[in-house]
Amino acid sequence: MSSPGPQKSLQRHPLAGWLMIAPAVVLIATFLVAPFVLAFGYSFTNQRLISPNPTEFVGMRNFEQLLGIGVLTLSPEVDEAGSPVRDDDGALQYPRVRDYTRNNPDYPHLEGMREWFGWNWGNDRVLVLARDLVFMKALTNTLIFVAVVAPVQSALALLLALMINQKLRGINVFRTIYFMPVVVSIVVVSLLWRFIYDGRNGLLNNLLEFLSFGLFQPIDWLGNPDTALWAIIAMSIWQAVGFHMVIWLSGLQTIPVSLYEAAEIEGANAWQKFRFVTWPGLRNTAVLILVVITMQAFALFAQVDVMTDGGPVDSTQVLVFQAVQRGYEQQNIAGGSAISVILFLIVLAISITQRYLTRERT
Amino acid sequence: MAGLEFKDIRKSYGNVEVIKGVDLSIEHGEFVVFVGPSGCGKSTLLRMIAGLEDITDGDLFIGDKRVNTVQPRDRGVAMVFQSYALYPHMTVYDNVGFGLRLNKTPKDERDAKIREAARILQMENLLDRRPAQLSGGQRQRVAIGRAIVRNPDVFLFDEPLSNLDAALRGSMRMEISKLHQQLDATMIYVTHDQVEAMTLADKIVVLNAGVVQQIGSPLELYNYPANLFVAGFIGSPQMNLLPVTVEAVDERTVTVASSDVPSTRIPVASARGIRGGDSITLGLRPHLLAHSEVGGITGKVLLVEHLGNETIANFALNSGEQLVAALPGSAELSNGVTLSLGFDVADARLFGTDGTAIPVADRPFR
Repeated sequence: MSSPGPQKSLQRHPLAGWLMIAPAVVLIATFLVAPFVLAFGYSFTNQRLISPNPTEFVGMRNFEQLLGIGVLTLSPEVDEAGSPVRDDDGALQYPRVRDYTRNNPDYPHLEGMREWFGWNWGNDRVLVLARDLVFMKALTNTLIFVAVVAPVQSALALLLALMINQKLRGINVFRTIYFMPVVVSIVVVSLLWRFIYDGRNGLLNNLLEFLSFGLFQPIDWLGNPDTALWAIIAMSIWQAVGFHMVIWLSGLQTIPVSLYEAAEIEGANAWQKFRFVTWPGLRNTAVLILVVITMQAFALFAQVDVMTDGGPVDSTQVLVFQAVQRGYEQQNIAGGSAISVILFLIVLAISITQRYLTRERT
Repeated sequence: MAGLEFKDIRKSYGNVEVIKGVDLSIEHGEFVVFVGPSGCGKSTLLRMIAGLEDITDGDLFIGDKRVNTVQPRDRGVAMVFQSYALYPHMTVYDNVGFGLRLNKTPKDERDAKIREAARILQMENLLDRRPAQLSGGQRQRVAIGRAIVRNPDVFLFDEPLSNLDAALRGSMRMEISKLHQQLDATMIYVTHDQVEAMTLADKIVVLNAGVVQQIGSPLELYNYPANLFVAGFIGSPQMNLLPVTVEAVDERTVTVASSDVPSTRIPVASARGIRGGDSITLGLRPHLLAHSEVGGITGKVLLVEHLGNETIANFALNSGEQLVAALPGSAELSNGVTLSLGFDVADARLFGTDGTAIPVADRPFR
């Protein structure tokens, strides 16, 4: 091969390689590395989106604010004789929580906290207080979302993959149908599902009414704190199940047909073939899918943003939504950054744990 | 233990018929080889015995039970696959014992059977390994072990040696042959390699395009091919097939000649259906040609291959046909030399206009 002199020397120049990867490096640095580093940095400051005051380093204060929780045990009010006071319904009377969390010099560690949840312990009432109630709700909602979506979505996707992995006429139509929600923008899907979940004339209510011969009372799925998060969970599972189905499918198709044939001759029934041939053959796929779904589930944002805005009464608050709301709507960049950092650490910890639990044992 | 009976077995995929009516009976303990070129239907036939393919038409009996609709696991067969089909996540021990585990054989009995199979196949030292840690030959051994422990009525082998290198193939071939004697089991073996067929089989079934061409012992097929296909398929180097014209016919002989072959009277058992002037085919095994000073077929040497024990020579004949001769020892031949080759008329085979063999005179057995 003979190439002209100048070109050759350019290719051999030590900077040539760097020059070639420069665009990628610049883009990755600008949009991935820099925001990541900045978020870490901001989370230790009191940075506002727009503020006349200079930024100050505040140490761990943002995290203390977010994660601060306390426990308060309340004893029932007693009258002078020492017996508990009961109201007209016979319920015990407890002192007000505010008396402990507002300017009470005996309980400085509970200052500014609000009641999160509680339970009765004998006659006493145990309360868990949180300094940032909305964040705590976002955290628990996110964990519920992940805990439900990860297993249900991966199992459902596997089921679909097993079904469409058969050699049947027209099976590609089903593959296409199941995959379709994945290629539609999540914002569009969310808008459509708002109509489905509508409290008056929603498709779901109409369908349930029809199926129950009118016995079913319409529910405002997204407007009810008891159902809103579950409505989002169901819709999210439906939306991405096709994507994971395709990954399962690719895993299924790497398993040689002869293994199934050998198992069949040796007397394996359908379940045994799945148990001894399919499932072991899908090991690596399963690890991948579990990690991917977990991460995607933690990143839940668009559905909440479009469908509920975190409501009603914070029942669909989730971490990413909370980070965005805090950072931009409340202009508290430092608080938003701190949430992002916490989210990062949670996802990192879970991924490492998953990797460890599903490691190749030799 | 059982024999097999095929009665007009057919297989179609849609409108395409791939097995076009096979009739065959296999005795208990026989080693039967299905041989034929790629796509001839031999593997399909085997898979129909195993129950992995449906039988479109006809009846298949294993023992005296019609098994057309019987599940593979209830047919009493074990199969060894070309790709070995070992379960990658199980040890050799578990692979071999998988079928026993499925049918809930007690643990002690299972263990005894696995170790017995390992002993027969000399792989006791491999039991703790996984398939990925084994060589091709070892994997095939495990696959055979998996078949042995189930103590099947019929062993099915689907090109088991195709993925092995030549040397290993030779030794595994001998082991399978030994195994057959040891186990006294019916074995059906599919291959496209006629050497495997010749060395292993009690009975060879030659298939082409879904039709049985000939069934017989290896030597029967070699010496008395039923038609042009079998003549060309069995034997290496291939039988020479030369076009000739019938000059004269009487009850016990056919006289043929061509521009290459001098007029030759060949004895036959019956010349029925042959007429003077017919264009038929003369088949001559390369090993049965010998250098002769007078008469015979004259050709110019094109290519010489010295194999030490014999010399394979390609000749160009006057008509443009080619002829291969296997001459004993290291014959002194060089390219371009013209040579005359003779043959014993009793060794010549004739194939009629439709390609089927004209019965040979003095055939020692049928």
